[in-house]
Amino acid sequence: MTAPLKDVTPAERARSTSFYEASARTRLELLLDAGSLIEFIGPEQREVSPHLKIFDLPEQFDDGIVVGHGRLDGSLVFVAAQEGRFMGGAFGEVHGAKLTGLLRAAREIGTIPVLILFDTGGVRLQEANAGELAIAEIMRAVMEARSAGVKVIGLIGGRSGCYGGGGLIAGCCSALAVSEPGRIAVSGPEVIETNRGVEEFDSRDRALVWRTMGGKHRRLLGAADVFADDNVQDFREAALELLGLVGPFGLDRLKAEQERLAGRLRSFGACGDAVDIWTAEGIADSQAVPELPADQFIALANRIGRTSRDAR
Amino acid sequence: MLDEIFASLFPDGHEVRRDKGVILGSATLRSGGRMLVLGVADRTALGVDEAIRLSGHVLDSIGRDSGPILVLVDSDSQRMSKRDELLGLNEFLAHLAKVLIHADTNGRPTIGLLYGHSAAGALLATGLATRVLVGLPGAEPAVMDLPSMAKVTKLSMEALQEKAKSTPVFAPGLSNLAQMGAVHMTWSNAASLADQLEALLANMPAARDQRDALGKERGGRLKAAEIAERVRDLALQAR
Repeated sequence: MTAPLKDVTPAERARSTSFYEASARTRLELLLDAGSLIEFIGPEQREVSPHLKIFDLPEQFDDGIVVGHGRLDGSLVFVAAQEGRFMGGAFGEVHGAKLTGLLRAAREIGTIPVLILFDTGGVRLQEANAGELAIAEIMRAVMEARSAGVKVIGLIGGRSGCYGGGGLIAGCCSALAVSEPGRIAVSGPEVIETNRGVEEFDSRDRALVWRTMGGKHRRLLGAADVFADDNVQDFREAALELLGLVGPFGLDRLKAEQERLAGRLRSFGACGDAVDIWTAEGIADSQAVPELPADQFIALANRIGRTSRDAR
Repeated sequence: MLDEIFASLFPDGHEVRRDKGVILGSATLRSGGRMLVLGVADRTALGVDEAIRLSGHVLDSIGRDSGPILVLVDSDSQRMSKRDELLGLNEFLAHLAKVLIHADTNGRPTIGLLYGHSAAGALLATGLATRVLVGLPGAEPAVMDLPSMAKVTKLSMEALQEKAKSTPVFAPGLSNLAQMGAVHMTWSNAASLADQLEALLANMPAARDQRDALGKERGGRLKAAEIAERVRDLALQAR
């Protein structure tokens, strides 16, 4: 960018920057208070994956994730941001270990929240065993941190979505904010199609992908408590809002989650498509949901009122 | 096969039923104590319907019973279907893992027993969410099947099969996962499983996750423990 920016406030810049399009570093820079990000094991240390060269694949000096700390409205937060443009943001050994270490520190301190900016296809298959295990370690570290009183907030709106084990880690977080392009699922569309056939899931049907896995459906189900418009400022405000809402974790949360999920199966288990679920929720023009602008959609989602608050 | 495993594990009796691929019940330990038992059998895919029954079984037991928890695994991967994803499979699998982790860290130590196949999200929600994952000879864990891997990596099946022979970090198999630190130990089929279970219960490791250190010790993951420790040290200085 060569245009003079001195008259543009950080908030304006964040508001005009697409979260989906931005890099992991840009997201963090604009999400946090200006200039407050301090990275741990940054790219200058060149801690690359030891496994990619087996496949003759290029490495990245930060292995596709930025971890560090910064300030959000003046308060200290730990942050981790995956870079969806490197290997689809997938979890490898080094990538995953950075997040595990961050969560372990958060647990020991107990009072500094963690923001995870997911952007991932799941396990990095070239180092599948190490990646899978990294995800298991992160899930455990998230739960141990939450048990120690740490708030762990997931922000989902990147180009690689939040798939595979990333979806399971997201399910472990205290709360989630999601934007329309922020898909959350376990099996990706191509994987379902490869295993079960195009009749089960047509991965090229983009409308089907968005309404089955996309942010609007996840918000309406209550899987995500806040819907963000696709800009970094909206995600910043969503993170602040969720940090204010999240309460302590305990057994009661898991019991409530059991009820919440069992209730979802009772209510929607026979629905064949997201549109059927939205209709069952009492949305008169459910076909129009994918086209609704953010403000109208947020009003609709709040009226439906599904939330996972205190039940995850 | 599962009946033989139960007979060898629980000679003092058990009340475990198997229904639509889901294992639910409890058993008597040699010590006289009880053990909660759950799991996935018959290479069943772990979907929303299975996961909610398993998590419910553990939650019902918390506060009512005491004793360790055994999670048996012979599963497919997560159920790959439109319906499961539509209903939020990631939440159901995460919920099961969370319930197991919570139980483990609150006085109900968890042991996973991988006796058949497992993969991907199903393994994360079951065996990899326990404190100690034990393999039985012949178990066949895989993170992802090779055809799906070929599709995602854009490599040919031939190229993947060739690399799979020489690369523990990516190739399927029990010994590879053991080298990573994911599988703590492999039991013998020749000895009584009850003896091996009692020996493990008498000597359970602490609840703290030590799989990265184990992977380093066994030479399968040389970087994970060190990177996590370095980030932890730097982050602790942020206070």
